[in-house]
Amino acid sequence: MALRGYSGGWEASAVRRLRRAIRGSWILWLASGFVVLLVGVAALVPYLHLADPFAQSLERLAPPAPEHPFGTDRLGRDVLSRTVWATRYALAVGIGTVAVGGTVGTVWGMAAGFSGPFAQEVLSRLVDVFLAFPPLILAMVVVTLLGNGVFPVVVALSFGIAPRFARVARAVVLAVRVQSYVEAARAIGASSTRILLRHILPNTLDSLIVLGTLTVPTAILTEALLSFLGIGIVEPTPTWGNIASMGQMVLREAPWVVLFPSLALLCTVLSFNLLGDAVRDALDPTTSRGVWMRRTERAELEVEPARLASRRIPAG
Amino acid sequence: MGPGPLAALLRIAGSGVARRLLHRLVQILPTAFGAVVIAFVLLRVVPGDPAAAMLGVSATPESVQALRAQLGLDRPLWRQFLEYVGGLARLDLGTSLAFRAPVAQLLAQALGPTLLLALGGTVVSVLIGVPTGVVAALNRGKPLDQLVSILALVGVSLPVFVWGVVLLVAFTLHWRIFPASGLGEGVGGTLRALVLPSVATGMFLAGLVSRITRSSVLGVLGQDYVRTAWSKGLEPLHVFRRHVLRNALIPVVTVVGLNMGTLLGGVVVVEGIFARPGLGRLLLDAIYARDYPLIQGIVLVSVLLTILLNQLVDLLYTLLDPRVTA
Repeated sequence: MALRGYSGGWEASAVRRLRRAIRGSWILWLASGFVVLLVGVAALVPYLHLADPFAQSLERLAPPAPEHPFGTDRLGRDVLSRTVWATRYALAVGIGTVAVGGTVGTVWGMAAGFSGPFAQEVLSRLVDVFLAFPPLILAMVVVTLLGNGVFPVVVALSFGIAPRFARVARAVVLAVRVQSYVEAARAIGASSTRILLRHILPNTLDSLIVLGTLTVPTAILTEALLSFLGIGIVEPTPTWGNIASMGQMVLREAPWVVLFPSLALLCTVLSFNLLGDAVRDALDPTTSRGVWMRRTERAELEVEPARLASRRIPAG
Repeated sequence: MGPGPLAALLRIAGSGVARRLLHRLVQILPTAFGAVVIAFVLLRVVPGDPAAAMLGVSATPESVQALRAQLGLDRPLWRQFLEYVGGLARLDLGTSLAFRAPVAQLLAQALGPTLLLALGGTVVSVLIGVPTGVVAALNRGKPLDQLVSILALVGVSLPVFVWGVVLLVAFTLHWRIFPASGLGEGVGGTLRALVLPSVATGMFLAGLVSRITRSSVLGVLGQDYVRTAWSKGLEPLHVFRRHVLRNALIPVVTVVGLNMGTLLGGVVVVEGIFARPGLGRLLLDAIYARDYPLIQGIVLVSVLLTILLNQLVDLLYTLLDPRVTA
């Protein structure tokens, strides 16, 4: 505990800011509590003594009651159990996409920022091209090609996510590589790999952490859309999207089949979005503080300077 | 709105809008070509044989071979690519296997309804997002601001299908105000059939627009020229319209433009729910039937459409911001 009073260190202060933000806002408090709950539920779901999520019964479309708190679906399966089991797949897709798409995109962007002029142009153009594809449509096609399941969905979503990471990583690399400490490292004979890993990668981390946190809800939402369309993770594996998709057909008789998975999806995405905003604020001390919402739009506006700078604005 | 937009329009026309459009088209050519290449490559790196995948498990080796020949998959890759690009130049995208019709013709039929819905979604998102964002900004920190902010975040967090399904049940089955499916007949019918899908498509973007509008208005309100306008004693409404709103809308335009791809994704889901024949409906049919030529055509059109819509929205900059010249 020698470091107890140590107040320097940039990451430490970021964590402190995040903790203070969470403590100061009941909404953030709720959101982080919900995320912790989700992770716990996903890890412990086999021990929760839920009904078998795959067991069909003759009690079809039974309304919520003590033995089936969320009712049953068209095949008589317990909606509570299916909704809870689906947490696993949602989190797996959300985190898996950040891991796969984030890694590929970061390497891609660093390569684009650090390589020779020709490779840099090609890699950057490739980012633009992939960013032009509508993410959902790209994911739909890739899943069709790869087949259904968690891993194909993760790969499919990564196609849309990686170029976003690449864009951010590239921008940071381009800004950092001209700094004098990089020049100094090069002057004393550090290899390119060393410069990338020791001097450039650490500088990209906070932008990438923010992007990663906000990618989780995007991935979960897109997976739900895919599964809703019947091409992501398919029946009988329960996901919020495909439970809702089945429920859609019986919505008037049994609204609970759509209601509960949709609520789970909403709360999850909302919580991750709120936390993502908070992480962004904590990592970026320049943004103003105040009510939780006041700071959130900053990164959405981050595109602004770059885009405006690319236009010719006459001075004065 | 006064003479502002009209004057801006005239200014654009006077400064050679055709040349500017051409310039922009040239600028997007590399991206568009890249998209063509990726749409080609994507469907050729399928693990296994696309012909076998299309025919399913009951295919005989002979029928797979015949389909390979029909699709040109037995030729070398570079020749396939040249033929594909050559076909594109003649607007020939191959033949759909499921519909037994030229892909280009199917796409042409589907494009109209999809564009209409994309436009509808954009209009809804702006109509809801901008006023709520402005109200939130003007009531900064008050309960109304927090309410709008929470609703906007909920809007961004709700999947498109929830809106679609809820609207469908509420207004077509329960109250029977709007038609549940199809495109409608005549102008009135078309618009009536467009309302619910547009709302479902636009709500996601509305949340985003609302958040951006709020922060953008707050940013502009703090500018010196706004303070100057106030202190000159100009009428509040005039200050707000001429100085605040006009400048605040610029980032909103950016965000709408950047999200055209997401909007098209929403259109796909909504077309599925409301059974509207469009690109999305066609894509779903093509995917269920493993109709690779059609999938490839739709992917290509959706990318090119995103690029074009993005540029179109970008052109709006010149209307809003006289400083921007390109």
